[in-house]
Amino acid sequence: MSESLKNIQEDIIEEFSMLEGDMEMIINYIIEIGDQMDPLDENARTEDNIVKGCQSKVWMSAQIADGKIQFQADSNTAVTKGLVSILVRVLSNQTPEAILNEDIFFPEKIGMNRFIGTQRSNGFGSMIKQMKIYALAFSAKRTSNA
Amino acid sequence: MNNTIATLNIEAIRKEFPVLSQQVNGKPLVYFDNAATSQKPKSVIHALTHYYENDNSNIHRGIHTLAERATADYEETRALTQRFINAGEKEEIIFTKGTTDGINLVSQAYGRKFLNAGDEIIISEMEHHSNIVPWQLLCGQTGAVLKIAPIDDQGDIIIEEFEGLLTEKTKIVSIVYISNTLGTINPVKHLTSLAHKAGAIMMVDAAQVTPHEKIDVKDLNCDFLVFSGHKMYGPTGVGVLYGKRSLLEKMDPYQGGGEMINDVTFEKTTYNDIPYKFEAGTPNIADVIALKEAILFIQNIGHDNIQAHENDLLKYGTEQLSKLDGFIPVGTAKQKASVISFNIEGIHPFDIGMLLDAKGIAVRTGHHCTQPLMNRLQIEGTVRASFAVYNTMAEIDRLKEGLEDIIKKFR
Repeated sequence: MSESLKNIQEDIIEEFSMLEGDMEMIINYIIEIGDQMDPLDENARTEDNIVKGCQSKVWMSAQIADGKIQFQADSNTAVTKGLVSILVRVLSNQTPEAILNEDIFFPEKIGMNRFIGTQRSNGFGSMIKQMKIYALAFSAKRTSNA
Repeated sequence: MNNTIATLNIEAIRKEFPVLSQQVNGKPLVYFDNAATSQKPKSVIHALTHYYENDNSNIHRGIHTLAERATADYEETRALTQRFINAGEKEEIIFTKGTTDGINLVSQAYGRKFLNAGDEIIISEMEHHSNIVPWQLLCGQTGAVLKIAPIDDQGDIIIEEFEGLLTEKTKIVSIVYISNTLGTINPVKHLTSLAHKAGAIMMVDAAQVTPHEKIDVKDLNCDFLVFSGHKMYGPTGVGVLYGKRSLLEKMDPYQGGGEMINDVTFEKTTYNDIPYKFEAGTPNIADVIALKEAILFIQNIGHDNIQAHENDLLKYGTEQLSKLDGFIPVGTAKQKASVISFNIEGIHPFDIGMLLDAKGIAVRTGHHCTQPLMNRLQIEGTVRASFAVYNTMAEIDRLKEGLEDIIKKFR
């Protein structure tokens, strides 16, 4: 399970490496990725589902089925939608434990920290944090049900 | 292209700013975030290194040569600042950390002493958070009430409404001179006279003014005026509070510590005279000294020349950007400084900012620390291009082309 989380991240790193660090191409690619994401259910666009700390708005929801979490997300900006959809791709279909324990190393490797300034990467950081909170909640629920 | 300014050699001016000659994301930098902070000329950078390499020492109390040199340079900035804003005397110039610090100083050192429950403070709908939150804190501490002067859809204060808010309860009026978000130049002289008629004191937030327009505090007749060094080609971390002597003398100190005292015993402390009463602790000596060079830089070019060039940039920029598909200007006041705030229909400001940055163009996006103003205008934010003396028409062309490219992608 955790192997695949690592593999997905490596795939993403390889995809971005083809853009050769060209900032315009990177941003446009991120926007394209966002365009392809499954739209978030309108009912999930609630105040409760807004991720705090982002310059733009991000909505996120999560369900667990067969021990694996499925994330859905959306944003009111194209770039952020792309960023969050990359996270959805990496962290969906994983167990709560994998999400909590595995290293999320791809943002740095694709230069997120470098080209997405502090304020913006904080937004990225708070999205990851929110996904881990979901994982923690599902994990705790499962333990208390057991 | 419109090149009406023959008096200014912009290329020569640009050479004074090392930061401007770089590539950002593989393209020559276009810096249009001047309302957030301006770039620094070599003379300012040199003054900082010169101070640390030659004169570094603590000021006012030292008796050795270095301390004397540093003290003389520090006080020279004060004297120059006095002339820069036409203050009556140099003791009315207090060095602060910046505009925000100056407003907090007045709200605490004046407001806490002289305001009581039920007294009123007036600000406007277009204020920066720095001219809102310190007054909210003061209201919480004293029971005073904050009143908000509304603006019209163009971004001008509605004078009749402002007058309607003035009563015998009004103790402080604090208004921005030039709006950082809209570029509106407010009629602060007129507002000051109205405030005074009601018996209130007038504070002016001039953070956006000093690099663009001449300030004359005697002519304005305001009681307090604040600005920052870093927005006027000077260093960060230094600002100025101008206050009328009669008011500064009545106020309690803002902070206690070194420099601001005359005598200290465990029983009682007597305070130093103004301006030192408000400059507790070792001040920001290096940045104050370098601020002098920023003022000289502005004076050497001349406010009239700067304004003429910036007005041309504003006019040309407004004309060019207005041609864009879906362009929505935000802030169309009668009197405007060189700020163009706008939205493009159907594209979030954040996306525009990110894509412009990828093209080497620095603008600001978001609410610009004026969230209540965004609520009033019922928008989430804007893209803001703000110009300085070193900007060119060719850079505006780059902005326009960049925006055209972005719009094409989203349509």
